[in-house]
Amino acid sequence: MADPHAGAGAPSVFAVAFKDAAFAALVALGLAAPMLGLVTVQTQSGIELEQHWGKVAIAVAIVFAGRLLLNLTLWRPGRKKSLGYVPPKVEARLARFAKYLAPLAILGAVVMPMLPFTERYAIDLGILVLTYVMLGWGLNIVVGLAGLLDLGYVAFYAVGAYSYALLAQYFGLSFWVCLPLAGILAAFWGVILGFPVLRLRGDYLAIVTLAFGEIIRIVLLNWYWFTGGPNGISGIPRPSFFGLDFDRGDDGFAATFGLTYSPLHRIVFLYYLILALALLTNVVTIRLRRLPIGRAWEALREDEIACRSLGINTVNTKLTAFALGAMFAGFAGSFFATRQGFISPESFVFMESALILAIVVLGGMGSQFGVAVAAVVMIGGFELFREFSDYRMITFGLVMVLIMIWRPRGLVSTRSPSVFLKEKKAISGSLVQEGHG
Amino acid sequence: MEYFLQQLINGVTLGSIYGLIAIGYTMVYGIIGMINFAHGDVFMVGSFMALIVFLALLALGVTFMPLALLIVLILAMALTSLYGWTVERIAYRPLRGSFRLAPLISAIGMSIFLQNMVQVAQGARVKPLPPVITGGYQFGAADGFVVNVSNVQVIIVVTTIALMVAFSLIVSKTPLGRAQRACEQDRKMAALLGVDVDRTISLTFVMGAALASVAGLMYLLYYGVIDFYIGFVAGVKAFTAAVLGGIGSLPGAMLGGLLIGLIETFWSAYFTVEYKDVAAFSILAIVLIFLPSGLLGRPEVEKV
Repeated sequence: MADPHAGAGAPSVFAVAFKDAAFAALVALGLAAPMLGLVTVQTQSGIELEQHWGKVAIAVAIVFAGRLLLNLTLWRPGRKKSLGYVPPKVEARLARFAKYLAPLAILGAVVMPMLPFTERYAIDLGILVLTYVMLGWGLNIVVGLAGLLDLGYVAFYAVGAYSYALLAQYFGLSFWVCLPLAGILAAFWGVILGFPVLRLRGDYLAIVTLAFGEIIRIVLLNWYWFTGGPNGISGIPRPSFFGLDFDRGDDGFAATFGLTYSPLHRIVFLYYLILALALLTNVVTIRLRRLPIGRAWEALREDEIACRSLGINTVNTKLTAFALGAMFAGFAGSFFATRQGFISPESFVFMESALILAIVVLGGMGSQFGVAVAAVVMIGGFELFREFSDYRMITFGLVMVLIMIWRPRGLVSTRSPSVFLKEKKAISGSLVQEGHG
Repeated sequence: MEYFLQQLINGVTLGSIYGLIAIGYTMVYGIIGMINFAHGDVFMVGSFMALIVFLALLALGVTFMPLALLIVLILAMALTSLYGWTVERIAYRPLRGSFRLAPLISAIGMSIFLQNMVQVAQGARVKPLPPVITGGYQFGAADGFVVNVSNVQVIIVVTTIALMVAFSLIVSKTPLGRAQRACEQDRKMAALLGVDVDRTISLTFVMGAALASVAGLMYLLYYGVIDFYIGFVAGVKAFTAAVLGGIGSLPGAMLGGLLIGLIETFWSAYFTVEYKDVAAFSILAIVLIFLPSGLLGRPEVEKV
């Protein structure tokens, strides 16, 4: 590293930066030339190559310019503080601010559909975002509190969705009967899948849960006569408002309350339903954290061996975390089924698990507020860039990597302890263990 | 019996491909203790590199097959290694010393990035390659049942064995291999004794990527179709192979690859094709639960 205050003999900062940028550009050329420059296309006579050297030039130029700029500014030798550094005082103040921000955000979510300028699209988007907020909070119990890295969370979402769809299809049960049943079934599956993996830790646990998630999806895909296979299940009944359907009929919701029928009623109802479910998840999590079981989860995340020597039953502790997380995914799943009216294994691919995990991790594991913010930002961002659907996944992957480098502890990286001696102090996220179950 | 033999041969071929990918997982896990989730996608990039280089050679007029394939092998290895090196440099090196989950999340991000980058750059449709190597041998044509061994299968198995021997020698005999084994045992101590740890880890990733690209080329030759999504399932299966053989052990990875290839082939042949992935994934779970250190691995001692 060149010292900027060194004498004339040392190479200048610019020369070093230029050399480094040139090297990066050379690597970029090697990476991009075959992948972007030579595109395989299927033609009448077989498969051929098309040349696109312009793209390669652009990619190399971007890498060179970007690297040079970074070398001269943020990565300049002698610069003390890195980009991700926020003074602890500021972080603590932000955390305190977040305390007031959370009720405000909830209030905003409650009044949003009533505002005069809110369109149907906004409410639809709100439903989508809240579904992911709920899933994020559910997974937060497993990953953030108990420290068990679950890459197959979407399996429980699928169990919930299929439970409702199949119960409605074969037994004609209504949404309100199936909602708790779906939660119970998902929790049951959480225990079944959780039981064998109790001994595993960290990365191994992640891969096995991923495998379980894929197994459930493949079974749903191939169990043709029961689940409809790749065609999925359609015509899933919509939820009713205390027995009143949202339709044009005389005993429908609109007619009973003397309103003119509007399809918007159901959308708004669904919005409040998922808002209530998400807030339920939040309240349950916050309350559980203070109970012995919640403290046991956090203790387990910090040190399993110490836990065991203190007499905590690690089997029960892990299983309850799995079961509760799965239960909330089951609720969210049956909501998803009733909202879409159609489900197929397409909706429960590994990407969804990765997305939910990304929300939890990028928001800051264990921080309820951070998870909600991350869900809003990510799902909202996904919707904003819907037109660039090809590029948004590339950006998504890149953002995951960059945020991990920038702030490995997520956006909200302070944690407030659930147990304290005299005063409650927020601590830095880097002081807590995670993922080493 | 002939059917069994035929499946055995197919299984060994498939197992060789899995084994080559599994070595990348096992070496990286051995040295830095992380699951390189993007490794399956590096394999996918490798197969695309092989296809692109091969088509470029055809366009340039190189039609003598053995020469063309040799050039493809070398160039694909070099280009894919560059990808492996860059992935490590961008996504993993800045996270060394961070908390345990960070590299895994970063690797998932990298995997998503590579997959979608290839999809956008090369198109989402499958890329078929007409059979390049034709012909083969037939055995036991007596009662109508024939056991076929195609030249592609012979090439795959022979190349795999040759590469296995070469890489085992690198790890056991060269200074690089010694540095790798030192880093595997104790990274801090190795650094104190003058081993360039960053460089050793980079080279480990390069070696893993090179082998994955060979696997990619084999996959392309054997199946004749690739797309941007082949990395995910192949990656999980190769990881299963690495775990089955005992993660951190090179011969273990190869043995695990063979077993997974055989199990998958026989499952498809005698039970159902639809559930062949379920079979592989279940084995992963079963092995991790009942035999966490694998067949040839050292048991992990928990230090308090």
